[in-house]
Parts: sequence; structure tokens; C-alpha cells
Amino acid sequence: MKPNEKPANLILRNGRVIDPAQGLDAVATVVIENGKVVEVGPNIEIGAQRRGEFEQIDAGGKWVVPGLIDMHVHLREPGEEYKETIASGTRAAVAGGFTAVACMPNTRPVNDCAAVTQFILKKAAEEGACRVFPVGAISKGLEGRNLCELGELRASGVVAVSDDGRPVESSMLMRRALEYAKTFGLLVISHCEDLGLSSGGLMNEGRVSTRLGLRGIPRAAEEVMAARDILLAELTGARLHLAHISSAGSVALIREAKKRGLQVTAETAPHYFTLDEELLSTFNPVYKVNPPVRTREDMEAIKAGLADGTLDAIASDHAPHSAVEKDLEFEYAANGMIGLESSLPLILRLVRQSILSPLDAIAKVSQNPARILSIPFGTLAKGAAADLTVIDPEATYTIDARKFESKSRNCPFDGMEAQGRAVMTFIDGRVVFTAPD
Amino acid sequence: MHFNRKDLLGIQELDVSEIEFILDLSRSFKEINERTIKKVPTLRGKTVIHLFYEPSTRTRTSFDVAAKRLSADTFSVTASTSSIVKGETALDTLKNLEAMKPDVFVIRHSASGAPWQLAARTSASVINAGDGMHEHPSQALLDMLTILDNKKSLRGLNVLIVGDIFHSRVARSNIWGLKKMGATVVVCGPATLIPPNIDAMGAEVSHCLDQCIPEADVIMVLRLQKERQQQMLLPSLREYSTWYGINGERLKNAKKDVLIMHPGPINRGVEISSEVADGPCSVILDQVTNGVAVRMALLYLLGQR
Repeated sequence: MKPNEKPANLILRNGRVIDPAQGLDAVATVVIENGKVVEVGPNIEIGAQRRGEFEQIDAGGKWVVPGLIDMHVHLREPGEEYKETIASGTRAAVAGGFTAVACMPNTRPVNDCAAVTQFILKKAAEEGACRVFPVGAISKGLEGRNLCELGELRASGVVAVSDDGRPVESSMLMRRALEYAKTFGLLVISHCEDLGLSSGGLMNEGRVSTRLGLRGIPRAAEEVMAARDILLAELTGARLHLAHISSAGSVALIREAKKRGLQVTAETAPHYFTLDEELLSTFNPVYKVNPPVRTREDMEAIKAGLADGTLDAIASDHAPHSAVEKDLEFEYAANGMIGLESSLPLILRLVRQSILSPLDAIAKVSQNPARILSIPFGTLAKGAAADLTVIDPEATYTIDARKFESKSRNCPFDGMEAQGRAVMTFIDGRVVFTAPD
Repeated sequence: MHFNRKDLLGIQELDVSEIEFILDLSRSFKEINERTIKKVPTLRGKTVIHLFYEPSTRTRTSFDVAAKRLSADTFSVTASTSSIVKGETALDTLKNLEAMKPDVFVIRHSASGAPWQLAARTSASVINAGDGMHEHPSQALLDMLTILDNKKSLRGLNVLIVGDIFHSRVARSNIWGLKKMGATVVVCGPATLIPPNIDAMGAEVSHCLDQCIPEADVIMVLRLQKERQQQMLLPSLREYSTWYGINGERLKNAKKDVLIMHPGPINRGVEISSEVADGPCSVILDQVTNGVAVRMALLYLLGQR
């Protein structure tokens, strides 16, 4: 973000202010001064003599929420700038209503040392449209052999560590990672996958994989590792976050772990509660993702897990790929789909389906990821940075990937009728995105 | 006329009248293959390209013989001789060949679904000559034709498919085709070689070959690839043939008029013994003969478009 000369003073009136951290859901006025939230409440009046210092925005009919946080994205820089850059990925973020993203370390080179972390942070400061929180690697080169220098990574600014894209196969290395990360108060994020069980798999294993002749990835490939990592979190007393949960069985394991009081949190992605495996019947690689989209029963279990709080966060797992990786035979195409510019309407759909209250829905992409990553954002509390998103919950439109800010087009929601979108996104009280009419 | 498609990709999407139409047409082409001059001018001036991303002798030769007997000009592009080894994508290869204005592509690919993906991107007709573990429609059609040469109807027949169902496109296409035509299909093999939820496709599952044999009107024996041992699917070929190998001893309990079929290539002594493969119940070579007729019918239907 570029430092701006003029102080950001702003008054948003008449909006429905939804701030889960304060349990607030009411029509209210938000006053922002010098880029900070100074007051939220009904009928706030600024003295006539000061009124000129504030820009006034009428948010009538809109939701005013804390700037959304996507805790799991792939920005592809350094190394795969033809798919996405920190600049394009963060532009996609703010266009989708997100003011902060946590970016995974599977870049080229891998973010497994201070130099790469510092590069990402420097690029983000110079060219980024939103806040960027790098996630460092657990193992050097994501090779699953030796621990990274987690202390130095922490000091350089990573908010968590993960070998995302790959699991930590060795149970011993995962144990050591959880223990050692504790030393520096670092969160470990697990990509749950037993590579032996998923080996060669292209989609969810079951009725549809048999019909299509595509090798299946059983739910157990995810659940075996979720169970292992939960047990290791218990053994070590460390904090553990499970990424991109896709199966009913994993939801049950996490629910049980939370019941036992373990420090385990989890996220799912919009595709796991929106898409099911039948869509693969056309062999369109846009639906190829790891873990795979599963059955309607899994989708329902994911929704139930979101509703009862078993799943704390919704993250897009934004994974840009170009046609070079995607426009291939299904078997050879890369895994992954982009989501930053389609997440919000899919989350709002859960509100319209009465699965989540507006407060709970917003919490999954603000308060909860902020708490999990221990970053001081995701709230409109007095004194907080004025990162906020103005949402028009009624806007209906067709998702059009050609108009995305992302460099990539691998969006399975392209062409879908959607309702609800970000119309303005603010960081430190400054407009970073305004929706075109 | 019951056939109005650009492509012939899978049995799953065909209805009964289309299958019957193709089989009837195939019977009329069988006669041409018995003549001394085995050639008709039906597809003169038409171009057929065989685009094979997986090794094949029987299927490619069969399609080629079929096309040539219809007077089409044929060309073969295979994975080892083409730009495929230089890293060109299948789509680019297809687009380049399409620019030469062929009428029909015959495509075999090791990746399931590839013929569907490619057919959607070309205005030429596509015949699926086998994709991954998914479909092999011409094989299922020639199998049905061969059964019907020996049995009155497919309706009510008990067809037993034995062996590596998991990796078999022949099994899948036959299950869809035979079920549509009213047969009962039983798949039999060790649990590691039976794909999950195969019953949802309409097949019954058994792990006991000796129980299945007396009921069977037709036994389709599938090839067992020797690599399956390395994939933890089988302890040994010896154990496999002990429990699932088709041999003379086992067939003593079979119906007298049972038909023994195999899509080839056969592993003698593994999934089938030589005495059975070469014995009186075997119609394995009739399948090959019928393959040419079925493929003539398919090329005729699509090439005439």
C-alpha cells in the first residue's frame, strides 16, 4: 500500500454494521479518523465546524463489515508470475471484498527463509492492493525432511507455517514442527493428505469416479491425516489449523477434537459447500482440485460444520493456473481453482439458505481468521485499523471470470448467477476498490 | 434411422435403438469381409485419422482395415512418432490435424475422458477407440455382436465378467451396453480389482468365481496386467490364477453352450489357460473378425455425415 498524504477521515452512515467481534448487527454510523475506527453507533453527530474534514458516504441498504480476510491463497510470486503476481492477486482480493490475505509458501523459490518472506512483504508494500501475511514453509523446500528456521521466519514476518500443497508425510517431522513452532508462538497449518492413499487420484473416490474411469481419492486420505495431526496436537499441546477441509469424516474428527478441548481450528473453501463431484462428468479440468470436491452428503456435513462452529473459517484456496496447466486432458491438468473474486457471494448464499447468520458468515472471513492467525484485524472495534468492506447483499449479477482482476481464469463459478458483492473496500480508511456500476 | 450423432464416444450415452441399429448395420458389413474383393466405395474421398496416444495393435489395425475397406484414406498418428513427444498438447495436435480437413478422428488415449474433451473442440467426427479406464464402445459393440451370433437375444442372458474390472474400459462399456439390452451382468474378481460402487452401474459383484460359473451364459475374461502386482493389488500371478484363472477344470461346471470371450491380448496361463482360449467354447477370434464389421459400421455412420 502506498502511504497517503491526506489523513483518511470518513463517515459511513445508514449501513447495517455487522461486526462479529463486538456482536454488533445494527444500522449504525461508522466514524473513521486518521485511518482508524473512532466510533460506531447510532445517531453520531460530528460538530458542524469539523464536518468538512470528513468524507461522507451513505451506506443505506448496504452491509458495513470488517475488511474480509482470506487466510489461504496462492499468489504465485515469486516464480510463477504468469499465473498471478502479488499485485494482481491482491487486486483480485480487494475486488472480492478482502483487505487481507495469507499467502501460502509453495512459490518458486519456496518461502522457507527470511529472504523470500522479506521479498514478499516488500513487493506487497510496494505493489499490493491489500495486506499480505506470508505463511512460511514447515520443511525446507517443502521436501518434508528438515525443519525450516522457524524463528527467523517468524522474525521476518510470517504468521504461520505450512507445507500446503503437500502434507508433512513423516509423523515425527510433524510432531517436531508442532513442538518447535510453539517456541515462537507460530501456528502450524496442515494440508491433510495421505499421499499413499491418494496416489494417482484425480477426483473423489466413489460412484462417480468408477463411472468416469478416473482414479479416486478416498475421503480417508484426508481423514487419516486429520486424525493423525489432531493426535499430534494433543501430544504436543500445540495449536493446529487444518486447511481446506472437504469431507464429512474430517468434520466429525474436528468436532470431536474441539469437544475434548484441543487447540484445533479448521477452514473449508466455498467449492466444498457449493460444488459436488457430479460436475466432473464433463471432464472439465476447471473442477479439478485437491482435495477434490466430494458428494452432496459431504457438502451438507461441511455446511453443518460451519453452522455449529466446527469449521472456524472460510478461505478460498485461491490457486491460479494458466491454460498451459489447465487446458489439458483431465488426468494431466493441474489441481486448483481461483476464488478470491467469487467467495463472497457463495458465503452470502449460506446466509440466504439460513445456514449461517450474517454475523456468523462474516466471522468466518474476519474475526475468526484474524484470531487464528493472531493478527490485529477483522473488527470494527474502536481504535482498530479502518479496514472495511461495504457489501450490497441484494446485487444480482452473473459471475464473469473474464472481468476478474486475477491473471488466471480457472474459476468453476464462471457463468453462475450470484447475489451479493463488495461495492467498496477500504484499508486504513482509504478506498482501495469501488465496484463498477 | 436411429443415429444422428457427430461423435461415437461411449456406450453410456447410446440408447437401445441406436445400439440395435449399429448392430444391424454391422451384420450387413460382415458380408463384405468374406468377399474376395473386400472393398466398397462408400467412403471414397473421406479422410480418417487414427490419433493414438496409447500403444495398440489390434484396435488400430481393425479400424484401419475397416476404413480402407470402405475406401477412406487413412493416416496414423501415434505417441511415439509424432510431435506428441516434442511436448505438443493433444489439443494443439488435434487442431493442427483438423486444419488438414479430416472427416473422422479415431482417438485412443490413456487419459479417461480425453476423447470427450477433444470432440468438443473439433467439428470433425470423433470415434473413441478406448479412453483410460472409462469406455471402449467399439469393443462392447463387437462383443454384443459376437454374443448375438451365438445366442438368440441378449435379454435375460447371464454375462460374467472376470478379472481386473477396476482398470477396464471394456468392462465398463460392456456393463452399460449389456444392461441396456436386458442382460444380467456379474463382475467377479478380488476386491482390490473391483471399483467402488460398481453396483451403481447395474452390475452384481461376486468374489467367488466357482459360484458364478454354473450360471453364466457368457464369460468375458479380462486381461490381467502383470504390473498390478507392484501396485499392491495382488500378491502374485500364481495366487490370481489359482482363484480367478479360467481353465478346463473350472469350466466343467459351466453350461455346455457357454461362450468364452476375451478382448485381448491374452496372457496364456494367467487369466485364461490355452485349452480354454483355443477350445470349442472360445469365440475370441470371432470377436476380432466382428470388430472389423462393427468399426466399418461406425465409420460409415459418422463418415457419411
